Amino acid sequence: MSHDAGAGAVPLGFHEQYSLHVNGEPRDVLDAWIGESLLYVLRERLGLMGSKGACEQGECGSCSVLVDGELVCSCLVMAASAIDQPIVTIEGVAPVGSPSDVQSAFVEAGAVQCGFCTPGLIMATNALLERSATPSELEIREELSGNVCRCTGYGRIIEAVQRVAISRQSAAVDRGSAR
Amino acid sequence: MPVLVPTSLDDAVSMLADAPDALVLTGGTDAMVEINMGHRRPPTRVIALNRVAELRSWTYHPDTASLRIGAAVTYAELMEPPIADLVPALAQAARTVGSPQIRHAGTLGGNLGTCSPAGDGLPVLAALDAVVHLAGPTGERSMPVAEFMVGVKRNARRPDELIAGVTLPVLDGYQGYSKVGVRNAMVIALATACVAVDTPSRSIRLAIGSVATTILRCGEAEAMATADVDFATGTASAATVARFGELAAAASRPIDDHRATADYRQHAISVLSSRLLRRAFPNES
Ligand SMILES: Cc1cc2nc3c(=O)[nH]c(=O)nc-3n(C[C@H](O)[C@H](O)[C@H](O)COP(=O)(O)OP(=O)(O)OC[C@H]3O[C@@H](n4cnc5c(N)ncnc54)[C@H](O)[C@@H]3O)c2cc1C
Ligand code: FES
Ligand code: FES
Repeated sequence: MSHDAGAGAVPLGFHEQYSLHVNGEPRDVLDAWIGESLLYVLRERLGLMGSKGACEQGECGSCSVLVDGELVCSCLVMAASAIDQPIVTIEGVAPVGSPSDVQSAFVEAGAVQCGFCTPGLIMATNALLERSATPSELEIREELSGNVCRCTGYGRIIEAVQRVAISRQSAAVDRGSAR
Repeated sequence: MPVLVPTSLDDAVSMLADAPDALVLTGGTDAMVEINMGHRRPPTRVIALNRVAELRSWTYHPDTASLRIGAAVTYAELMEPPIADLVPALAQAARTVGSPQIRHAGTLGGNLGTCSPAGDGLPVLAALDAVVHLAGPTGERSMPVAEFMVGVKRNARRPDELIAGVTLPVLDGYQGYSKVGVRNAMVIALATACVAVDTPSRSIRLAIGSVATTILRCGEAEAMATADVDFATGTASAATVARFGELAAAASRPIDDHRATADYRQHAISVLSSRLLRRAFPNES
């Protein structure tokens, strides 16, 4: 972030105040600058370090969150424009210590190496499986194309997504036959 | 509150009239990059349009066979039926934009606002002779998209106007969009082409992008193909298909830059245009 402190420029105040709805809770943002991204506010002002920032230009997906139910790059959302909209970050996906099935599958499949891309990929995988319960490999590749991973080569990430799809499906079948 | 979040178009227009220097933000996928990178002066006021009901909606008018799409409709929405069935080329173009995250936020209005020659929505609007609607303090005015797109990142919007939406004809015939870039996802186009056919009126339209200061229509290629193809049987000769590509390449005015050479772009335009015409007229005579 940069701000113009050149001669004659009006110094920009860090005096914005607003409230965001993050992971089901109202969170006050104080003394903020108007142009701050949601990623910056989540990390630097609200202490939610799960969303990662790498490119800050929408290319890597490591900052992915849900705003109003849609998967977006939080680095491209102006934080103050997201008032009154539900925001879900990786911290809101599952409580610490009890990972979701998607999170467990990533660990089991070896889809996590350095882990930097993982929060964004978990958010994107959740959105993908919500759209399509049994995605094809092509669909997985297309839906995760906004998330860059420099470690895994993607094969294990795709495998992790497929594991979740299969286990959810067999759980649904079990529930069906138990009825 | 310096970030205003209007929910009606009237409110949005009057907020802009009160603060003509405000930054207009819809999906933010262009504007936030510029702010994050320090390329755009930090805003002192922002009007966020992504909750304006009129801009978030679309209307199909079967009587005039036209579709009006609000400026804040996202690419993800354009990819879904019924829009995808009414203007298939727009859905195809939308699917090539960025990534799912970008498509959930990015909008057609923002594509028009940025007015990059590489904007993926624009060749489709040009091929379809879309009309752009602008909302200002004195009401709405409309103009053909070709007039709206003035040059590289320049358009005909006045400072007190908002892009309200576009109206597109719903044609009866093949439509296709093709794009060349270094990857299949998350890529700025090196060359793009859109072909739209209207069988009842015997018309073939071709628009190309990323190869001039703005989107171009290829009148010569269109006229040649319209005269040579057989609409009734969906037939085009190999020579017509090849000539279509040559004329498109000849109409293009690409430059060398860090992404590609002009020669490569011109070649790509020829390949894409021929390929789309063949898809439109699959039978070879
Ligand atoms: C990672 C990444 C990948 C991308 N990939 C592609 C791609 O493949 N193809 C492509 O075409 N684009 C791409 N883009 C660019 C961008 O997503 C598109 O141009 C998109 O259409 C912009 O829409 P938006 O709503 O996000 O615009 P915003 O960023 O909100 O606005 C863009 C400009 O238009 C103005 N504006 C927006 N709405 C209005 C309105 N209603 N009235 C008046 N002015 C308005 C704004 O003031 C601003 O100047 C990409 C961007 C990123 C970050
Ligand atoms: S930090 Fe947001 S996409 Fe890279
Ligand atoms: S695990 Fe390291 S970037 Fe993906």
